Amino acid sequence: MEILMIFIAGILFMSATYLMLSRSVVRIILGTTVLSHGVHLLLLTMGGLKRGAPPLVGEEASAYTDPLPQALILTAIVIAFGVTALFLVLGYRSYKELGTDNMEKLRGNDGND
Amino acid sequence: MAMINFLILPILVPLITAVILIFLNKSVIAQRWVSGLSAFVTVILSALLVNKVKNDGIQTLNLSNWDAPFGITLVSDMLSALLVLTTSIVAFACIIYSFKGIGEAREKHHFYAALQFLIVGVNGAFTTGDIFNLFVFFEVMLMSSYALILLGGTNIQLRESIKYILVNVISSGLFVIAVGYLYSVVGTLNMAHIAERISEISGISQPGVISIIGIIFLIVFGLKGAIFPLYFWLPGSYYAPPAPVMAIFGALLTKVGVYSIIRTYSLFFYEDGGYVQQVIMILAILTIIAGIIGALAYWDVKKIIIYNIIVAVGVILFGVSTMNENALTGSIFYLIHDMIIKAALFLLVGLMATISGTNNLKQMGGLIKNYPGFSWTFFLAALALSGIPPLSGFVGKVLIVQGGFSSEYFIGAAIVLASSLFVLISIMKIFINGVWGEPKTYANEKSVPYKQLLIAPVILVILSICYGVGADFVYPYISQAAESLINTNIYIDAVLKE
Repeated sequence: MEILMIFIAGILFMSATYLMLSRSVVRIILGTTVLSHGVHLLLLTMGGLKRGAPPLVGEEASAYTDPLPQALILTAIVIAFGVTALFLVLGYRSYKELGTDNMEKLRGNDGND
Repeated sequence: MAMINFLILPILVPLITAVILIFLNKSVIAQRWVSGLSAFVTVILSALLVNKVKNDGIQTLNLSNWDAPFGITLVSDMLSALLVLTTSIVAFACIIYSFKGIGEAREKHHFYAALQFLIVGVNGAFTTGDIFNLFVFFEVMLMSSYALILLGGTNIQLRESIKYILVNVISSGLFVIAVGYLYSVVGTLNMAHIAERISEISGISQPGVISIIGIIFLIVFGLKGAIFPLYFWLPGSYYAPPAPVMAIFGALLTKVGVYSIIRTYSLFFYEDGGYVQQVIMILAILTIIAGIIGALAYWDVKKIIIYNIIVAVGVILFGVSTMNENALTGSIFYLIHDMIIKAALFLLVGLMATISGTNNLKQMGGLIKNYPGFSWTFFLAALALSGIPPLSGFVGKVLIVQGGFSSEYFIGAAIVLASSLFVLISIMKIFINGVWGEPKTYANEKSVPYKQLLIAPVILVILSICYGVGADFVYPYISQAAESLINTNIYIDAVLKE
């Protein structure tokens, strides 16, 4: 099961890299979202996919699941959500102000002040 | 028990202030008073914290009373306490400069609130003793920096922030991956506990995987701290926002990356047989060279100072990578010096650009005639930056070079030594072309509130002079900070209370 998850994470990283290397700002933003999904999946897998009872006091069981990776992912998801929201707004705003969403046209340092 | 809570105050005060400031956005005067007072209180509190750590050793706080390896622990050793103090001072100076230097439009749109949130993130990153919590504080800091770099929404800001945010999103992704790998190997997130587990593992099996994790962490923190191949985003992004924001970014954000490299490297990756150490050393030397090339190449005052950030990062990391007590003490000395003097220089250069209405050195000249106060402050700051004794850059560099030679890293130490000369050339270029020469008249110079804008850089430069002249007084604090990096058991025992 871990092997499969690793492959899925790898495919997500691959698609994210492809998207982020393109010129359109929207594709780049989508790429960052996919990247964060890959990261979260990897984090979940890294803790080990164990089957077991919830780790609560009073639960009598031979094995418990590890709650820590889930807590970490929850935090990371919230942060990624916030950053993506900001990034989308920025993409929209810069499209309106600069009149392009092509990264090729956003290069250089001319007329900067 | 009550006193131990003290170390969270430099995080809590800016946080509460930021929340209050959000509701005050209509009244600029109230915002200035609240943020100025709060920054001053933070300076006092962090000075008291430094004193407390000096007298009673490392302070720890287990949040919600969860015992050390299980909950989130905040740890203030001397290094983090000193950096928190320096951060608060730099923030205070930048806030004073912003009163006249940032413009009312930005002030009404939550500039001060974003700045306070940034201080929360930076102070938190310096204080936390938990690797995932470090990530969270990094994100707090980055989110506020996104707000600050975007605020104003000019074309160059929009264009550069896309790149800035993209780079940081990728590096945050790598950070989480690195934490995941580390967790799968050692099964804990508390930094002291990780260090303990890693030294156990290294005793049994070959620690190859630890080296790999070390390199991933180096990439993550190197992206933030602008080391050699990873600094590509910095000159463009830091160039976009106005001077006070640039000062905050240049003085604080890269230094958080450098601090994280120092912390993780001394705790986790020191025992892996020197692989990570070698990588850091080579990159540090290349960073110095790349920074110097940039600093000499440009005729744009802001670009010159920005490339000097990169030189300083290289110098500090070279001292750290020797892992020699002298050089490490020197690195910490230089780190604090650099935070103060870079903030001062960015504010001064910002003032220069405001007066002359351009960033291009070739269109400036003769500022010393009408602005002697500014010119002499700039001159002192320039000397301090390049490490002329008895100013503050000198002591740190001497110790780094001394440590480098005594550990027989001759090439690196020689390059650090030579870098001072090139830094001096690059900064004197600004002085000769901008301050000396024929006085020119500038279109908007009458409307610049010159005297008020000069207050903050003068405070910082005086502080930097005191820091250099009073090195004897400061030295015990710095060497205490270096001691807990060399002898990590002090840190580990303080956190785990064994």
